[in-house]
Amino acid sequence: MTAVTSGIPAQTRTEPTGQPVLRLHDAGVRVGGRTLWSGVQLSIGAGEFTAVLGPNGVGKSTLIKAVLGLQPLAEGEIRVLGQAPGQAGRRVGYLPQRRNFDASLRIRGTDIVAMGLDGDRWGVPLPLPERFSPRRRAARARIEEVIELVGATKYAHRPIGQCSGGEQQRLLIAQALVRRPEILLLDEPLDSLDLPNQAAVAALIGRICRVEGVSVIMVAHDVNPILGYLDRVVYLAEGGAATGTPQEVITSETLTRLYGTPIEVLRTSDGRLVVVGQPEAPARHSDRHAPASAEEADRAAG
Amino acid sequence: MPLADAVTTAWPWNPLTDFQVMWSYPFMVNAFRAGAVIAVLAAAVGWFVVLRRQTFAAHSLSVVGFPGASGAVLVGVAAGYGYFAFCVGAAVLIAMLPGSGKGRGEESALTGTIQAFLLACGFLFVALYKGFLNGVNSLLFGSFLGITTSQVLLLTVVAAVVLCVLAVIGRPLLFASVDESVAAARGLPVRALSTVFMVLLGAATAEASQITGSLLVFALLVLPAATAQVLTPRPGLSLVLAMVIGLVVTWLGLTVAYFSPYPVGFYVTTFAFGGYVLARLVAVVRQASLVRRGPLLRSAV
Repeated sequence: MTAVTSGIPAQTRTEPTGQPVLRLHDAGVRVGGRTLWSGVQLSIGAGEFTAVLGPNGVGKSTLIKAVLGLQPLAEGEIRVLGQAPGQAGRRVGYLPQRRNFDASLRIRGTDIVAMGLDGDRWGVPLPLPERFSPRRRAARARIEEVIELVGATKYAHRPIGQCSGGEQQRLLIAQALVRRPEILLLDEPLDSLDLPNQAAVAALIGRICRVEGVSVIMVAHDVNPILGYLDRVVYLAEGGAATGTPQEVITSETLTRLYGTPIEVLRTSDGRLVVVGQPEAPARHSDRHAPASAEEADRAAG
Repeated sequence: MPLADAVTTAWPWNPLTDFQVMWSYPFMVNAFRAGAVIAVLAAAVGWFVVLRRQTFAAHSLSVVGFPGASGAVLVGVAAGYGYFAFCVGAAVLIAMLPGSGKGRGEESALTGTIQAFLLACGFLFVALYKGFLNGVNSLLFGSFLGITTSQVLLLTVVAAVVLCVLAVIGRPLLFASVDESVAAARGLPVRALSTVFMVLLGAATAEASQITGSLLVFALLVLPAATAQVLTPRPGLSLVLAMVIGLVVTWLGLTVAYFSPYPVGFYVTTFAFGGYVLARLVAVVRQASLVRRGPLLRSAV
């Protein structure tokens, strides 16, 4: 655990506002006999936008999986909304790291969003017409509302395989949001998007955090597109974690030390921070995150 | 063959009497009953096969059905039991393989190896059973003769069980098929779902084999579902459409095969293939008209 403090005033908020939605206490994870991180202390408040940053293979996605209850802890404790991981159910939305949908997948965007609402229910719904079923009316209204929220109304009826990467990502964010979660976990949602789409999706996530009051925890490779929306930064490196506001953590000295490579943090004329010299995402990065088997997932835990 | 001769001499054609004659044969009535059950079941299961991109697994299961059926005949049991035993057994095995038969890399090579060996075993069983040579064709390419009423009953019971299980796991299975990692994060038993589905697929393959033979099961398992998915991206609608296409194709194939000297497997497969080609053409035409309307839409935005 590396505590990072500095005298620079916080960009937005320093302390978690309201009740913490996520708390890690001395948490550690071991994957395939290797300790990815340990002794992590973390407290994230309601309605905050938190970025999880760090070099490849440091266990960023594993942190998300641990919060979801898919990866058991080797030590310490995680509390999600006051409960054990995996117990908070529909109060947690999740968007995994992914490759794009197959171009030939013939399922509409709305169906993908609808799966987020009731895709895990067993049995068949009664084929009642909508006007006799208030529940189906409410479901449809919610799906339309959330698609509108992410700005995907125009292409939601198209087969998802025919949507662009940015369009697919918006629909998947809608899927993660459709049950009105209190926490939204995003694993590199800007990966594999072009620059304008990165900026647009980052702005969308920032808006969801501010306007809808959803606590966002986002694993990111490149901090620049989201830097303007962040309340809190978690840097995973050296087997531990450094947390703080962007102003505290995103400094040339801290980043250079955490990444082990020279990194400069510059300030633009309008006061924004820009991180320069961050290691580029390797070309095969997305392959690393699309494991075909459980063993590969363990090996890739990144 | 004599049937076909009788029909050709009865020209000019009177459809009504011909159909009456056809329905007067109990084996034809049974063939239509069995065909309906099999078509609906295969289309429903096949719809998920197409969605999950598991056609290779389906193919492997169907090939495994051949030694099952020929082995059953060799020991003196109805071929249908052999299909069920081998297809469902192989389904459980494939489900237990790492990667659960997703048709990728090493697993697909392994499945292919076993498949070749079992096909050879089937050939051996056929050779051991002397005087069975006519049966090889129907085991490989399908037949509708000699489906007994008790077999129809067995097919119906199995189909009902499979469809009930499919109805219960349908939505989670769809979720897990399209979006495995999110489904797993939602707490769905993704691995168990895929195992259960493989067993359902084994049963459906065994049923379809009894009309189309081992080598032509795709006609009922994959083609109707693929056609329906080309026609519409609405999940519910395309599932129903797949069943309708399967039913039409099967009954049409049975009817035409009855009135012609050529085998039913050919007709069912040809009609299913024709439907798929038609659907692709419709899709191309639709796409073209969208592109033509495209510039207008863009200028409106």
